[in-house]
Amino acid sequence: MRLIFENSVAGRCGFKVAPAGVAPAHLPEKKYVRARPPELPEVSEVDVVRHFTNLSRLNFSVDTNFYPLGSCTMKYNPKFAEKIAAMEGFTDAHPLLPQLSGGGILAQGSLEVLYQMDKLLSEITGMAAFTMQPLAGAHGELTGVMLIAAYHKHNGARRKYVIVPDSSHGTNPASAAIAGYEVIVIPTDKNGYMDMQEYKSKLTEEVAAVMLTCPDTLGIFNPKIKEIADLAHGVGALMYYDGANLNAIMGKCRPGDLGFDVVHVNLHKTFGTPHGGGGPGAGPVGVCEKLLDFLPISRVVRRQDGTYMLDYTKRKTIGYIAPFYGNFGVILKAYAYILFLGKSGLIEASETAVLNANYCRASLKDRYESAYDKPCMHECVFSASRQTEHGVHALDIAKFLIDRGIHPPTIYFPLIVKEALMIEPTETESRETLDAFIRIMIEIARLAQTDPERIKEAPLTTPVKRLDETKAARELDLCWKSKS
Amino acid sequence: MNVPQQLFYTKEHEWVKIDGKTATFGITDYAQSSLGDITFVELPKVGQDVAQFKFCATVESVKAASDVFAPLTGTITKVNPDLPAHPEFINQSPYEKAWFAVIEIADPAQKNNLMTAAVYSEYVKGLSA
Amino acid sequence: MNFVPHTENDRAEMLKVIGVKSVDELFRDIRPELRARSFNLPEGKSEFEVIQHLKKLSQKNATGLVNFVGAGFYDHYIPAAVDALSGRSEFYTAYTPYQPECSQGWLQSIYEYQSAICALTGMDVANASLYDGGTALYEAAMMAVRLTGKKKIIVDSGVNLIYRTMLYSYTFNLAVEFVETPVVHGQSARDDIFKQLDDTTAAVVLQNPNFFGAIDDHSDIAAKAHGCKALVIEAVYPVSLGMLKSPREMDVDIAVGEGQSLGIPLSFGGPYLGFMAVKKELVRQMPGRVVGATVDKDGKRGFVLTLQTREQHIRRHKATSNICSNEALCALRAVIYLSLLGKQGLAELARVIYDKTEFAKSVFAKIPGAQVKRSSPTFNEFTVQLPKNADEVVCSMIEKGFACGFPLGRFYKGMDNFLLVAVTEKRTKEEIVKLADSLEAMLCA
Repeated sequence: MRLIFENSVAGRCGFKVAPAGVAPAHLPEKKYVRARPPELPEVSEVDVVRHFTNLSRLNFSVDTNFYPLGSCTMKYNPKFAEKIAAMEGFTDAHPLLPQLSGGGILAQGSLEVLYQMDKLLSEITGMAAFTMQPLAGAHGELTGVMLIAAYHKHNGARRKYVIVPDSSHGTNPASAAIAGYEVIVIPTDKNGYMDMQEYKSKLTEEVAAVMLTCPDTLGIFNPKIKEIADLAHGVGALMYYDGANLNAIMGKCRPGDLGFDVVHVNLHKTFGTPHGGGGPGAGPVGVCEKLLDFLPISRVVRRQDGTYMLDYTKRKTIGYIAPFYGNFGVILKAYAYILFLGKSGLIEASETAVLNANYCRASLKDRYESAYDKPCMHECVFSASRQTEHGVHALDIAKFLIDRGIHPPTIYFPLIVKEALMIEPTETESRETLDAFIRIMIEIARLAQTDPERIKEAPLTTPVKRLDETKAARELDLCWKSKS
Repeated sequence: MNVPQQLFYTKEHEWVKIDGKTATFGITDYAQSSLGDITFVELPKVGQDVAQFKFCATVESVKAASDVFAPLTGTITKVNPDLPAHPEFINQSPYEKAWFAVIEIADPAQKNNLMTAAVYSEYVKGLSA
Repeated sequence: MNFVPHTENDRAEMLKVIGVKSVDELFRDIRPELRARSFNLPEGKSEFEVIQHLKKLSQKNATGLVNFVGAGFYDHYIPAAVDALSGRSEFYTAYTPYQPECSQGWLQSIYEYQSAICALTGMDVANASLYDGGTALYEAAMMAVRLTGKKKIIVDSGVNLIYRTMLYSYTFNLAVEFVETPVVHGQSARDDIFKQLDDTTAAVVLQNPNFFGAIDDHSDIAAKAHGCKALVIEAVYPVSLGMLKSPREMDVDIAVGEGQSLGIPLSFGGPYLGFMAVKKELVRQMPGRVVGATVDKDGKRGFVLTLQTREQHIRRHKATSNICSNEALCALRAVIYLSLLGKQGLAELARVIYDKTEFAKSVFAKIPGAQVKRSSPTFNEFTVQLPKNADEVVCSMIEKGFACGFPLGRFYKGMDNFLLVAVTEKRTKEEIVKLADSLEAMLCA
């Protein structure tokens, strides 16, 4: 498709600005004014509507396709949540209003949503309190590691290291490094668990925190989790829970009960808010009692009379993580989702997510090499190693699935599994959808043996075929440039 | 797999050509073929001190970033001026056009820590087995 | 229902395939001693009940106020097409476009967004978005530290206090040194900045228009900073770039900003949009996702995520940033908004806002006892010195139906009587006059 810039016709405009209705003012001195207006497209409203509508149709999405992208929890995004987030009382609320004297009264609805979400998430995860500020999962991780750093600093401890397993999300070591820590990576043993021997040998009083995902990125719940936490606490380190996979365990276990001190939750995964092509997300962070005073400010508190206010008491706060109170629009949708599902609904979601993943695992394990041969939680990880023998790689399998109308699983992650295929079906997919997916995966396994070229030429049905990523990286073209 | 006889090699797949007091280095044919199409290279700077087997440069493909280690301790006296603009040289001509830099050797005895072509060939065979 | 489609029969059949008797068997690794000690949540509600409950809450927020509060977050009109197009679920229910062949819609939109941000700022390269203006500023500062290998950062106190606070919060555990320079006559204090600038300086951080609404030409600061091999980071208000000198024209190295005013609702503080645009030689240290154009195997143009080796999923602890999720849907809103307005519309909008703001300044200047600060030109926001505490004035004006501005005493010591007033295209001449009349009545009472 042409770029919107390439449809530009000089003098065309898709928007009517109401006249100022006041006398034109003198312009500022020339040195403050730009030489030429920015080269934005000059198109009509119809041009814009047709362009972006047609672009939207080039995407796979949850609403159009099965989307078992592992680790991303691409469940259905309920429509009522969109309707709620579009309510004027929420969209038009200026975030500074409650910070004005007497302004608290202007935002009681929003403040109540934030307060209630803090309580709900605390109960779901077993933590003492949540900050709603972090704007995404990785942002939550950074916030969490900063809280841990502030805690140790306050206690006069000089700790240099953060431990992560080699199966972790890339964001874990990146967040720890950005917060000023050195990262120690622990390998995974042959059973898919963090190597305890290695872990014990690296766990010293210089370790600030251990960051874990549980169940991990292999879809495995580590039954030694409590022991890992106890060992960490034994040397004064704190336990960080990456909540990316919370969708597996709601109502079954809680990070707080397992001994985790800090938790982040990806609202856009577990609580059904849309991912929006990469964001916005929201990554609220929960802490145990001893970290309460370090939470970012402001905090929403409830007065005796049942009204809500912002508390700016500093205590030992790490400061501001976001400009205001988090991605409110996302938090609101997640709140609506939790109210709708309620206790039994959340448990049912986790149970069904695990059921669906195990169904895929059981149906495919004869055709694909299991990364670790044991029941999984909410996602299952295979290796395309058997197919690779015929020259068919995980990437080829992904592209063939696209031709069949299925968004591919996550591929080549976790890094520790060669030719990884990470499948997370989620609880909102029916047995028929899973069966159709399984049939295609079995067909691919068969074709890999009989006619590998068929797979390697995919995709054939998409707007573009396989793209030259090397050219994209070598000859950077990141921005449209006017021909004139 | 091309492993020129007159060069020396490291475990991390750097090659080095020793000419008296100076040494020219790059990455091997094996390294370039396992990395795939190289899209970016960051070289050390002239005048920079480098240490044997320590980080001194980076090469990147579309999906991976890889550290390059100095084969010998010394000072960088020259870098390949054409390489940053033509990372594809590493794929096309790893031992000629794609030399990375020249080191003024600090300790000639370090040569003993390097592999000969014959040893390196065996080493690589072991890796792919 | 709970969006789970399975019937009892489905479950039974699926359990049979798996080879277990019950769903609970699948959770056997979570042994009894690890089980949840509590899960005390309310039971679910119907869709109707949830909507009614939240409608009630939304009505507890005041929406009828005539809003003159800005302080970096502005009440602009959002064309209906922005909601309609960004509300297409083929956009909002997709994930990060890891598989380019089935994500061309998203990838091309992001490429167009990057191009629009480059057009606005005049810079060479923009990323696919960051969380908000404040985190964008922090990422820019870290980028400068990496690029220069230096630790000192000079921060103009005309930079939004919210952003400065975020910058300091994020770096408390790092060896980075900040020096704040004052605002003199509304603008960046050259003397103080130049006194601080030296060979140890990594960056100078500026904002235009600054928090007080004053506009500036930072070219001289950029020239001096470059002489010390320091980078210049400027936070900009994107709508103002329909009129004001662009960061590129001032030779800024990294332009960042809050994109909320480009078609994104205020929504009580988020989701917003952090944008970042840089000179091309800095691109490899830029954080966040980037989309590039390339060709497919038939030579047809297509788009892919590129330069991914900078990112956490490949570089892990050596990545340029830990960011993964960004604000793509907000970036989409921004590019739709900028396409609708276009070259001409944005220039007109900027002019209308400027004219109305100048009008408001002239009306406010006539209020007895009030003094409009005129030492430097402004764009959409200006400061008024009142004869009494601005916080109290704001509080009593709320009762009259106005959010009349932001009291500067909240952020700046000694400015208790100062009010920061923002004007957008939504504020009419009548509203401006009525606010001035009400203020006058209140101040003179």
